[in-house]
Amino acid sequence: MWSGRKLGSSGGWFLRVLGPGGCNTKAARPLISSAVYVKNQLSWTLQIKPGVFNEYRTIWFKSYRTIFSCLNRIKSFRYPCARLYSTSQTTVDSGEVKTFLALAHKWWDEQGVYAPLHSMNDLRVPFIRDNLLKTIPNHQPGKPLLGMKILDVGCGGGLLTEPLGRLGASVIGIDPVDENIKTAQCHKSFDPVLDKRIEYRVCSLEEIVEETAETFDAVVASEVVEHVIDLETFLQCCCQVLKPGGSLFITTINKTQLSYALGIVFSEQIAGIVPKGTHTWEKFVSPETLESILESNGLSVQTVVGMLYNPFSGYWHWSENTSLNYAAHAVKSRVQEHPTSAEFVLKGETEELQANACTNPAVHEELKK
Amino acid sequence: MAARLVSRCGAVRAAPHSGPLASCRRWSGASTDTVYDVVVSGGGLVGAAMACALGYDIHFHDKKILLLEAGPKKVLEKLSETYSNRVSSISPGSATLLSSFGAWDHICNMRYRAFRRMQVWDACSEALIMFDKDNLDDMGYIVENDVIMHALTKQLEAVSDRVTVLYRSKAIRYTWPCPFPMADSSPWVHITLGDGSTFQTKLLIGADGHNSGVRQAVGIQNVSWNYDQSAVVATLHLSEATENNVAWQRFLPSGPIALLPLSDTLSSLVWSTSHEHAAELVTMDEEKFVDAVNSAFWSDADHTDFIDTAGAMLQYAVSLLKPTKVSARQLPPSVARVDAKSRVLFPLGLGHAAEYVRPRVALIGDAAHRVHPLAGQGVNMGFGDISSLAHHLSTAAFNGKDLGSMSHLTGYETERQRHNTALLAATDLLKRLYSTSASPLVLLRTWGLQATNAVSPLKEQIMAFASK
Repeated sequence: MWSGRKLGSSGGWFLRVLGPGGCNTKAARPLISSAVYVKNQLSWTLQIKPGVFNEYRTIWFKSYRTIFSCLNRIKSFRYPCARLYSTSQTTVDSGEVKTFLALAHKWWDEQGVYAPLHSMNDLRVPFIRDNLLKTIPNHQPGKPLLGMKILDVGCGGGLLTEPLGRLGASVIGIDPVDENIKTAQCHKSFDPVLDKRIEYRVCSLEEIVEETAETFDAVVASEVVEHVIDLETFLQCCCQVLKPGGSLFITTINKTQLSYALGIVFSEQIAGIVPKGTHTWEKFVSPETLESILESNGLSVQTVVGMLYNPFSGYWHWSENTSLNYAAHAVKSRVQEHPTSAEFVLKGETEELQANACTNPAVHEELKK
Repeated sequence: MAARLVSRCGAVRAAPHSGPLASCRRWSGASTDTVYDVVVSGGGLVGAAMACALGYDIHFHDKKILLLEAGPKKVLEKLSETYSNRVSSISPGSATLLSSFGAWDHICNMRYRAFRRMQVWDACSEALIMFDKDNLDDMGYIVENDVIMHALTKQLEAVSDRVTVLYRSKAIRYTWPCPFPMADSSPWVHITLGDGSTFQTKLLIGADGHNSGVRQAVGIQNVSWNYDQSAVVATLHLSEATENNVAWQRFLPSGPIALLPLSDTLSSLVWSTSHEHAAELVTMDEEKFVDAVNSAFWSDADHTDFIDTAGAMLQYAVSLLKPTKVSARQLPPSVARVDAKSRVLFPLGLGHAAEYVRPRVALIGDAAHRVHPLAGQGVNMGFGDISSLAHHLSTAAFNGKDLGSMSHLTGYETERQRHNTALLAATDLLKRLYSTSASPLVLLRTWGLQATNAVSPLKEQIMAFASK
């Protein structure tokens, strides 16, 4: 599939990229985080990570290079890094940790590597806030999320944790990368109000599932699920720590040809918006996959909406199109056991029917509110 | 967006440095200073109104705001019989802002004067322009500055749990955070007062007038020049009581003279003229002064036949095209007396800050822009800045954002710079255009004024822009 031929035209290159996009196997791959690029002034050397084959391809984009080097200078090196979720345990990919370790101190530079994540807050904070406010009858002005307990999984440097804390919620941020938590801890220590409302811990989700079962009003996993090894276990754990009727917020990247072309090739290798090696296309999650796993765990998906990043303006926008980035909101069913479901005893479908029967009254209750 | 691109093209807009390395001090660990969310430096009309707007904002209910005022607290137990000589023309937009936090009610209970028409005319020709709203709604309000200040102070006292006001406090040093986030250095702005006390803040708003200390400390370039004019203000008694709801302004070659209604028998004078003439006016005895004022409004000494004929020609052409008769020039009420000790002069100039914002700093009011009083827009531009900045900060607070973040501060800057630059340029152009009695320019402005007066939609546009 991946030949070692040097390509003459960019057109041919794109065809090749789009073609074998779906054919990469999920074979066990060497844990070599290849965030390597040649700092050659005349060309970009692209290193595509084929799963099994260790071949490289050099593509020359002189004209694109000048445009985007200007963009990079203008934007003062915006290299946003998606949140890394790692360090150990079943869902953590230790290979991803190394990529993020190097950038652990850069979280709070708003014009730096993580700039797109900072500007994504303009979308995800209102998304979380408005959906949670629907469940609060009378909210206090100035502290709309007062009384809510939120878990931010894969919080990184606390980019999303702090705004939620400012809105009055008590937030626990967890991240397996020790350096990230140190940065986050240090940053919040300067603000006395946030210091009290936010707590950070170095751990993975599985480690705290038992002690925090059914304690959170909301769980936020933003830019995380595309980095975990075992998505099903991860989402199961998210469901376990949620109170019945609690909300799960996920933002991630769709697994499409467009997301490969724009999200990996363009963002990482051409324009340098994302550091190379941050994302692996195979781990991207489509909304359909996500929905099916969520539903099977007793979470009913309320909203799925697309997000679009404009690299020229640096702002995100909501979009009908979910083929790149998207945000999802799911609610854990309130009632675990429904009396009428006992009558429907069908082999192999009992759980699913129970889940369905439970989510329907749950949705009704949501609508009533 | 273009402005943003331009600003990014240079370099990352670095945090300001006030001198050598002392500015980037590292504060290891959390300091014990109080951390305020917003500190407003300067407690004048614009600074106090900004503190009020934030104090009454619904999304700022758990935030801490500090207002620093260098002067003493002005307590107004009883409204004095005599009117103050410093008045401001408040546009409807500014009145809306003041009523949004309840200050306008206090002003209504004290005193103000609404005016419904404005006549602006030339000394060198018959050309005039008359502004009024179709249904004779209030075009604007003349309010004494002391009355506005008192209303603001009362409203600030009502939200003292959120807004702390420190009088006789002047910041002597600002310490800016490092441009790059450092692990152990405080990200806030540190302010040191004259008495040694220190605070930290997430956002510093500079509302300290046209010689802004905040603007200088931050290092923002200020484009400014002094006009060769000073303004003389006084409180005048009219010869006879009239309805007095018209604002009058005449452009003399030496500068515009304006009469603003205060009550049925009183009006406020704002006469911009050369420094020497202004000094003369302030020191001459009262009778001579009153004569000077009356003749400035009535005398047609600067008229020339050439201009008069040319003006009449255009007027005839306009009357052919437009069936409705344009009202003839009216004369302002005559002045009988001037209040003793009410004559004061102050110099005039233009100023505009190249940037309104830096990380964790924003400028509003005269600190950002200074304008000639001929259009009555100075404080209104400041109130417009407050509306815009308060709106951006409110949205940011509701989104849980760091208040000093450039992302929403640049939104405020773009919005206001667009409006203010246009108004500043127009005012400066008018000032220069009307400062001469050279025939070609007089002819140009005569015809221009007559044409503008004839085109109602254009007049409405001008009124709408000025009353925002």
